[in-house]
Amino acid sequence: MLKEEDKTKKEPVDFAVTARKYKTLLTRKYKERKPWTTPSPYEIYSYIPGTVIRILVDEGDKAKEGDTLLILEAMKMQNRVEIPFSARIKKINIKEGDRIPKDFLMIELESIEK
Amino acid sequence: MSLRKNIVALRRKKAIVQKGGGDEAIEKQISMGKMTARERILSLLDPDSFHEYDLFVEHEERNFGMDRKALPGDGVITGTGTISGAPVCIYAQDFTVMGGSLGLKHARKITKIMDHALKMKIPCIGINDSGGARIQEGIGALAGYGEIFYRNTLASGVIPQISVILGPCAGGAVYSPALTDFVFVVEGISKMFITGPNVIETVLGEKISQENLGGARVHAEITGNAHFYALSEKECFQQIKELINLIPHNNEQKAVSIAPKRPKSNKKIDNIIPADPRQPYDVRDIIHTLTDDSKFLEVHELWAPNIVIGFGRLDGETVAFVANQPMYLAGVLDCDSSNKAARFIRFCDSFNIPIITLEDMPGYLPGVDQEHAGVIRHGAKVLYAYSEATVPKITVVLRKAYGGGYIAMNSRHLGADFMFAWPDAEIAVMGPEGAANIIFRKEIMEAEDQDAMRQVKVKEYIEKFANPYVAASKGFIDAVIEPTETRELLLHALSVSKNKYDHRPVKKHGIPPF
Repeated sequence: MLKEEDKTKKEPVDFAVTARKYKTLLTRKYKERKPWTTPSPYEIYSYIPGTVIRILVDEGDKAKEGDTLLILEAMKMQNRVEIPFSARIKKINIKEGDRIPKDFLMIELESIEK
Repeated sequence: MSLRKNIVALRRKKAIVQKGGGDEAIEKQISMGKMTARERILSLLDPDSFHEYDLFVEHEERNFGMDRKALPGDGVITGTGTISGAPVCIYAQDFTVMGGSLGLKHARKITKIMDHALKMKIPCIGINDSGGARIQEGIGALAGYGEIFYRNTLASGVIPQISVILGPCAGGAVYSPALTDFVFVVEGISKMFITGPNVIETVLGEKISQENLGGARVHAEITGNAHFYALSEKECFQQIKELINLIPHNNEQKAVSIAPKRPKSNKKIDNIIPADPRQPYDVRDIIHTLTDDSKFLEVHELWAPNIVIGFGRLDGETVAFVANQPMYLAGVLDCDSSNKAARFIRFCDSFNIPIITLEDMPGYLPGVDQEHAGVIRHGAKVLYAYSEATVPKITVVLRKAYGGGYIAMNSRHLGADFMFAWPDAEIAVMGPEGAANIIFRKEIMEAEDQDAMRQVKVKEYIEKFANPYVAASKGFIDAVIEPTETRELLLHALSVSKNKYDHRPVKKHGIPPF
């Protein structure tokens, strides 16, 4: 048996599959899906939830490709987060001891040439 | 004289153990809105059919003061009984005994009754209500879980396995239900997760309630871990009884048939589908016009509702339905609906249940989230499951059958035994708009009024190809039929398929895209 709210009649909406639009209902999961955004190489996100153990750079620093930016402890493992290319540290959104979720914007970079 | 005395002693001994965790714990269980383990078994099985084994099993742990602790039945009740006369093995974890925690002996009682079920070739039902591993027993508890998983796997496809989640079921405990064929959950009572809210909060700082993390609704609607969702334990047991009545006892038998009945749905089968192919309808209305007594036991009602799966009867015999549901997401195949259909098809194939596919779908769900979630791999499971299945396979194309969806939904090319199509069926390489845009690209681009030309070409394409006759002319469709003929044709197709034997190459096992 379903709850009363499931049985109430819902209004179908337009839903495009290839070139044609169909009238249909959407599922909760479909409505809650995350829209895609192209990632920026200048934004360093957490790839796993965890605790920031140490931050090794300051805002304004120039960091060289491969330098360690911070240590993120997750699942009893101390992970080094490295900078993927040489850049300047524009903004640091975390501090040591912070517990952060996955996909948290930790550090923002900017081009050194700027 | 002494026998009489011993009988009295036995009864006293049994009464003590059967009390489980005692009055206080039982009261607490009831105050949580839950039945006791024994009540659950007795209300699920036929009256007076339950016989209990291993009542006097005791744990052997000597550490942490456990040597002074008596745990009646070691926290689990096991035995055999019947449901509507069908024999079953059953176990129920008793939360009143040390939180239903699983120690080695507790697990061994479960594996013993599972072994019994496998040997006797009868279904095994597990009622889960346990705080998890009995930490005092250390790796003994882990061993216990592993031994259960091993047996779940051996029994898979041999006997139906049913898990009923009537309390917490966390950590390693969740993997036994995940390995079984059908999982039943009850609103407000069932909780399933690998790591609970406490761990998640400690490690990640994310706050979430047990209900929002892994409650009945979450598993019935979001994760798909649960196949049947009920609002009370009583309703849940009713669902289990219905399911047991519809499926065979094991993989060597057919489901027990009952007296045939005419459908009683008052809906006219040729009146359900709107003329406009863009308009939705509830495909379950079609199923109800086909099945005996218009009965249909839907599996996974809330999860991935864009495909409908479940059991019904035709002429008294159990059949399975796999049907696209235009009411939700236009009936597309996506990751979830592919997983849902594929596993169900494999269950039906293992247990000799013919599969009827009702097709009306525009294709696969477009989207970055789908592609990145691996819709290629998940979609392939449907192809695999249909191709692998050797039970009678019948398809009725109700309306749209476009592109990859046409191939996937038990097409002739994947080994369908019978392919029927209604006269409004559109069997084509893709939707007319898309096809016309590609084929007549040049004409459309070069036209003065591109939109008008596009309309003309789309119309042209629809007239030529959006019908069942192109596929019928190639022999991909066996017969174009009137909707009102459908039930009779299905009955006929099933009756001539009774001795179906389909050859498959010998192998240890296939490698489906898990």
